[in-house]
Amino acid sequence: MNWYSLIGVALFLLLAPAIGCLLSGIDRKITARMQRRVGPPVLQPYYDVRKLIEKDQLAVNKVVDYYVLCSFLFTIFAGCIFFAGGDLLIVVFTSTLADVFLVLAAYSCNSPYAQVGAQREIYQLMAYEPMLLLTMIGFYLAKGSYQMWDILTGSGVALWPMLGLFFGFLFILTIKFRKSPFDLSTSEHAHQDIVKGLTTEFSGKTLAVFEVSHWFETVLLLGVVFLFFANGTLWSYILGLIFAFLSFFLEIIIDNSFARMKWQVVLKSSWAVAAVLGLINIALLLWVL
Amino acid sequence: MTYLTKSPWILHYDGSSCNGCDIEVLASLTPVYDIERFGIINTGDPKQADILLITGSVNAQSISVVKQLYDQMPGPKVVIAVGICACTGGVFRHCYNVLGGVDKAIPVDVYVPGCAARPEAIIDGVVKGLAILAEKEKAEKEGKGKAATAAPPAAEAKP
Amino acid sequence: MSPIAFLLLFPLVIAILLLLIRSDRVRAPLVYVSATAIIIASVYTVCRYLNDGTTMFDFSWEPLGTLMFAVEVILCITVICLGYKYKKWAAPVLAVIQTAIGTWFELTQAGGLTADHNLYIDELSMIMVLIIGIIGSLITVYAVGYMKDFQAHDKSKDRRPWFFFVMYVFLSAMFGIVLSNNLMWMFFFWEITTFCSFFLIGYTRTDEAIHNAFLQLKLNIIGGIAFIVAIAVFVCDQHVVEMDKLLECGLSGIDVVLPVALLCLAGIVKAAQMPFQSWLLGAMVAPTPTSALLHSSTMVKAGVFLLLKLAPLLGKDIVGYAVMTVGALTFLLASMAAVSQSNAKRVLAYSTIANLGLIVACAGVGTYEAVWAGILLMIFHAITKSLMFLSVGTAEHHIGSRNIEDMDGLFERMPRLAAIMIIGIAGMFLIPFGMLISKWAALTTFVESENLVLIACLIFGSAVTSFYWTKWLGKLVGVVAHCENVEKTVHKDEWAVLDILTVLVIAVCFGFPLLSEYIVSPYLIHVFGNPPEAFLAIFGTEYVWILLAMLALLIILPIALLNKSKKPQSSIYMAGLNNGDNQSYTGSMGATVNVTLRNWYMESWFSNDRMDKIGVVMTVLVIVVTFALVLAGVTL
Repeated sequence: MNWYSLIGVALFLLLAPAIGCLLSGIDRKITARMQRRVGPPVLQPYYDVRKLIEKDQLAVNKVVDYYVLCSFLFTIFAGCIFFAGGDLLIVVFTSTLADVFLVLAAYSCNSPYAQVGAQREIYQLMAYEPMLLLTMIGFYLAKGSYQMWDILTGSGVALWPMLGLFFGFLFILTIKFRKSPFDLSTSEHAHQDIVKGLTTEFSGKTLAVFEVSHWFETVLLLGVVFLFFANGTLWSYILGLIFAFLSFFLEIIIDNSFARMKWQVVLKSSWAVAAVLGLINIALLLWVL
Repeated sequence: MTYLTKSPWILHYDGSSCNGCDIEVLASLTPVYDIERFGIINTGDPKQADILLITGSVNAQSISVVKQLYDQMPGPKVVIAVGICACTGGVFRHCYNVLGGVDKAIPVDVYVPGCAARPEAIIDGVVKGLAILAEKEKAEKEGKGKAATAAPPAAEAKP
Repeated sequence: MSPIAFLLLFPLVIAILLLLIRSDRVRAPLVYVSATAIIIASVYTVCRYLNDGTTMFDFSWEPLGTLMFAVEVILCITVICLGYKYKKWAAPVLAVIQTAIGTWFELTQAGGLTADHNLYIDELSMIMVLIIGIIGSLITVYAVGYMKDFQAHDKSKDRRPWFFFVMYVFLSAMFGIVLSNNLMWMFFFWEITTFCSFFLIGYTRTDEAIHNAFLQLKLNIIGGIAFIVAIAVFVCDQHVVEMDKLLECGLSGIDVVLPVALLCLAGIVKAAQMPFQSWLLGAMVAPTPTSALLHSSTMVKAGVFLLLKLAPLLGKDIVGYAVMTVGALTFLLASMAAVSQSNAKRVLAYSTIANLGLIVACAGVGTYEAVWAGILLMIFHAITKSLMFLSVGTAEHHIGSRNIEDMDGLFERMPRLAAIMIIGIAGMFLIPFGMLISKWAALTTFVESENLVLIACLIFGSAVTSFYWTKWLGKLVGVVAHCENVEKTVHKDEWAVLDILTVLVIAVCFGFPLLSEYIVSPYLIHVFGNPPEAFLAIFGTEYVWILLAMLALLIILPIALLNKSKKPQSSIYMAGLNNGDNQSYTGSMGATVNVTLRNWYMESWFSNDRMDKIGVVMTVLVIVVTFALVLAGVTL
């Protein structure tokens, strides 16, 4: 624990919701523009959450908001470890724990739509986790440490030796951001086959907590993108920020240009990406570079 | 001030309409009318909706569904009847199975007449509904702890 | 010396007493008292020898060898008789072959061969002693109540004295395996555990049970043959019969490589690794305490214990590569096969095979860090998996099914048991718990050893692991209205054991730094020398604090957040057609349709037949190629 860890955690706790909220608003605005609409105000996600907090609570059971809150806390915990410069593998495992809590929230409702969403969520977890872990292993092999701080300040840009992993990571980012063509579990775009999937039985504050934890998660994931560019110099940080935003923009474009694909595609494609881009890149890092 | 008026999420239900009004409801989502400008989202989930927007009359089959969807929405909430069938039963009101307008099942806050109701009228109705939503929120805040307040008087949107 | 002798002989005495006693009233207190005695004795043994490092005992008594030989022959004859009775021939034939080799060895080679030290205890044995002593004894306590219900359900002849006899003989034999330095003794105890498992699987004497019992015997005798051949080859060449001398030899020359390879094969069979995994799945027909004791927490651990013992000889040589590949493939494929299973015991069985696979892979890598991860996995797995087996057993007796699909709303029907199961499942794959920490350690060591196959198997396998555990967890947490509480009739001894194991699952998570510091690390430093710098950097104290904080959070959160004031509740969304009970809706023509929620098994991708086939083909290939290379004298 150092002073920079504390600053990192403080900045994350203060700025991540604001940045996540703005990004989400920008997402909706850009999406609207791509569809030649005016779209909602940029602060719309903020209004949504404030409204959800004002609404009455109408839970289906006594435990669902507990699980969602746990999920929220562990998402933040994962983010704090990351921005404190901690171990990347712990970050992955902690966010898995957060995701499992979310799934349990949906399962606990014992509702058909929520359960389908929950099953799809763990299916997605199974799909993206190998690539996520490979990325973290890649950072270790490229920069010699699992510690975010060492990778951030260490010399050499991780992007070049990890080019395959970078594209693989962008691929699973679509699943993590719950974007089309892989928005299987929550049906972010209304009126789909499983209503609101995982979140069907969430209402009021519970849904607000879910939304806010998604903001935190977005910032955490973009932080990983940022890490690909960092090499300890100011320029690399600026470049990293630009590319983190560009990758978010890329996900918006993908979201708007694809219909949702069949569920089979998610696992097959993301495992294929992990096996081809991920493992070959790791093999190169292990034996060649 | 309440954020309810800034992000009203709509649950659209078709009681037994001829689909004329439904198409107009969906038309208001299109780039021409773009109701998302007002933060409006057409959600399919009563648990997350603030406005119940019903097209078509209520019949013997759908009345229980309408009631249940209404019950599953967390307050404060408003109900908007879109189209003349939803307001009164319209041309179908004498059919053997039709019970009449939506107000036969649940309290309606805004009536949007028309056959079919035009998107402009629907948007106007929703915006009227927002004012009622704000009032309800205020009433709820003041009346917290008291018995459930009676529904405020219904407004009528101009066709 | 005395505590060791006590551990070996006391269970045997109790076993004989239990065989003679037919009354429930005497059996129960006897089991409680002897279980307590064994627990105290094993803890005492560990405390007594902990600071001494490795202690050797030259306990020798001439007729003992003959006695062991006689027992083996009697067991062989028993198998022949049983094989004749049930028309199963493979196992008796193999048993005859094994006994023939044993006899030949005993008559021609063993003469004049004496071991300096027949028994020993080191830190690794101590860990095993603790696992066998504490968990094994607890399971026998649990079995008292469980078997009462079992007998009530089963209606067949009461064979419980025989059941408890075999369980206690087994405990004694397990202590024998982990404390024997003489390979012949170890082999003897090894065979005893095989036969105990055989009798317990066949306990109900249904056709399925008998078939699976013979399957188990058949495959494990193959392992036994590998073991005795290994001893024969080693003794013929080196004229010593001790484990410590074998470990000192180092892997050079076929005369050492071949015995080590054969011992590894024996370990792989015992640990139910592919291609031999089918016996463990078949063993699930046995009463649940058997599955918990033999088939998850101890007997199969004998296999990995042997491999971890041999780990210093493995590593970057041909046997090491073979062992790690078999382990890793087993981990991946068994995890995948678990996805398609809805029978809770079969899920646990596949998960056991998978986790043993990971330990085997760690043993194969054979470095300081890998063996550290392997030993911790062994400890955490023994505790967590026995807890899972026992809770499934209790659930089965009270909801009438061991199918996960029938565990809908267990949270309402058996709240206490569901909470225990949730902790058990979380302990198997979620972060602050031990299994994940050791998996994490395994991952980093696989990366260090630059083995891509291991990395790939581990990350894909653990992704699948999260899938099947989470969907089971989901079944448990579902809140179903209007359920009846059915857990009031659970026996007190079952609760006691389940509670103790649950506390242990959490306690070892808090205690693992101590465990690592005082037992695991001394052993590893003794065997491998000082730990590498990188290892200390990753598993330094800072992260232990983070993990402990998370664990504390997980314990505090339920207390802080649950039990809040009642909130208005609403029915679940069923497109407005919910009948109000959350369990049915109004379908077309006004019909009432019941809602059933089923989990997702992905049969078309992860069917267990398919995974077993792929696994068997690949691992047989690895094993055959390895032996061909070893016999051809190729070394890496």
